[in-house]
Amino acid sequence: MKTWIARQKALIDFTLSSLARRKLKNLGLLLVYTVIVFLLASVMLYTHALRHEAAQVLKNSPEVIVQRMVAGRHDLIPPGYLEKLGRIRGVQNKEGRLWGYFYDNVVSANYTLMAPSPEEHGFGRVADGTIVIGAAVARERGLVPGNLISFRSYTGKLFVFTVAAVLPHEAELVSADLLLLSEADFRAFFEISAGYYNDIALSVANPQEVRNIAGKISETLPDARIILREEVLRTYESIFNWREGIVLVLLSGSILAFTIFAWEKASGLSAEEKREIGILKAIGWETGDVLKMKLWEGALVSLTAFLLGYVVAYFHVFHFSAALFEPVLKGWSVLYPRFELVPVVDGFQIATLFFFTVFPYTVATIVPIWRAAITDPDAVMRG
Amino acid sequence: MIKLTDIRKAYHQGQHNELWALNGIDLAIEANKVTALSGPSGSGKSTLLTLIGCMARPTSGRVQLGERDISGLPERFLTDIRRKTFGFVFQQFNLIAGLSARDNVMLPAYPLGGDWRVLHERADALLDSLKLGQRRHARVEWLSGGEQQRVAIARALINDPQVVIADEPTANLDTALSREFMAILESLKQQGKTIILTSHDPLVVESSVVDRVVHLRDGHLVEGGR
Repeated sequence: MKTWIARQKALIDFTLSSLARRKLKNLGLLLVYTVIVFLLASVMLYTHALRHEAAQVLKNSPEVIVQRMVAGRHDLIPPGYLEKLGRIRGVQNKEGRLWGYFYDNVVSANYTLMAPSPEEHGFGRVADGTIVIGAAVARERGLVPGNLISFRSYTGKLFVFTVAAVLPHEAELVSADLLLLSEADFRAFFEISAGYYNDIALSVANPQEVRNIAGKISETLPDARIILREEVLRTYESIFNWREGIVLVLLSGSILAFTIFAWEKASGLSAEEKREIGILKAIGWETGDVLKMKLWEGALVSLTAFLLGYVVAYFHVFHFSAALFEPVLKGWSVLYPRFELVPVVDGFQIATLFFFTVFPYTVATIVPIWRAAITDPDAVMRG
Repeated sequence: MIKLTDIRKAYHQGQHNELWALNGIDLAIEANKVTALSGPSGSGKSTLLTLIGCMARPTSGRVQLGERDISGLPERFLTDIRRKTFGFVFQQFNLIAGLSARDNVMLPAYPLGGDWRVLHERADALLDSLKLGQRRHARVEWLSGGEQQRVAIARALINDPQVVIADEPTANLDTALSREFMAILESLKQQGKTIILTSHDPLVVESSVVDRVVHLRDGHLVEGGR
């Protein structure tokens, strides 16, 4: 074992001094290789973390949302629907929700307005005449608690609110463009009469029964559209998959170019390299020693590139909010949330990336060497 | 020490360009002596050297190292014998460009996996003994012809072989450097090494350091050696 380690150490040492001979070429290769791993790893880490984040957020969302459809469009829930749903067996909690969108000309951005239930955002009840705003809104409009802000509603009336609080920065992914107001203010602003809601959120006693309950709801309220949490999750999943796909397609050109370059570099054996292999064999190296040395060469280059690329990608994604791909991966918006993703690393993803970057390069290094390494050692003498 | 019996060696056997480089060589090489294989180009000197040095196997005939018949051994075993028993000095030196003199010297020892520090010390000691200590970190392509040959000699000695094989060692050296080489050869002989070399340089074959000269022509031994 000690001899084996000493032998590998010697082979690695030789490989390193051998690589150092063509410093510029090998550093160039390492750089391009690292950039490719970095790009791939950034996309993978970012979309994975976003998916994870979305799943975490949706974990606390209602299991069933009921909307009312009129002529195929979303309409307000009229009085009486809440009571009807409450009578369905298996429904544990029901809550009428008020929310809407408002376009602010000043910053040319859409806000989401909500009249939350007190436990929803941790600020207690929002008092009449006050407003709680998302961090991106506060940033764009330059607001701090205590400031006044006015909005002209869709009916032309002017409403003035005092900023009661700014929502915490950590929640920015879901609350960047959010405005929270009291139920009375909300109804007055959008002119929604008492008893009407935008939709109804339900929680069920037994999660296994969600689909049965959904069936019962559509029987009770034939004009209802039922949205299940698992469907929302699936939609998010496919949106992120789609975005990841787009970025990967964009990247595929450069990946292909690199693959050709790396294959050419790794598999093409120069006359000088062939001569060197001949010398090594003549002075007592076995075919296996030459192969091991080249294996180390391939592994050292690709492993270094992999580790460097992955670590840089990690910092890019989790410390610099994936600045390079943000617009594509995060979606389109005027009010971009500023947030730092919680680092989530998936072992399977690392293994996949490792397999598709390190493995092919190492193999590409080995194959041509095999052919050269099995030449007779006396070739050097004859040559 | 090394005994060759009815050695024949063909290249491209069975093809239109078949060439018999050796045609029935019987030769015994004594230990601790300097033996020179001499003859014109194409006489089979280098081929004979490759068979003695376990770089290739004869087409027919037997090669014995001590009491052991090594002519039929597979490559792995031949490699093992080659690196433990023989050290090679090639005509073109065959050093690896871009590496330092010391790295080149250590190359044959890498696959053996010996102690790293001991190996460095041995390489340095060899380079010192060949007056190359100051140049150990220099890349080999920066060295003069004579220095390159001394690096090649140090490399041949790194695994402390019993036998040193040199193919046309003075072919690329001027007279002064050739004399220097013969002096090194003498000191190796005094250390108890067996030396086998090919040469048609009179400075080598007529040197008093050489104990025996074997003449070859067209793959046969010819009379007239000493």
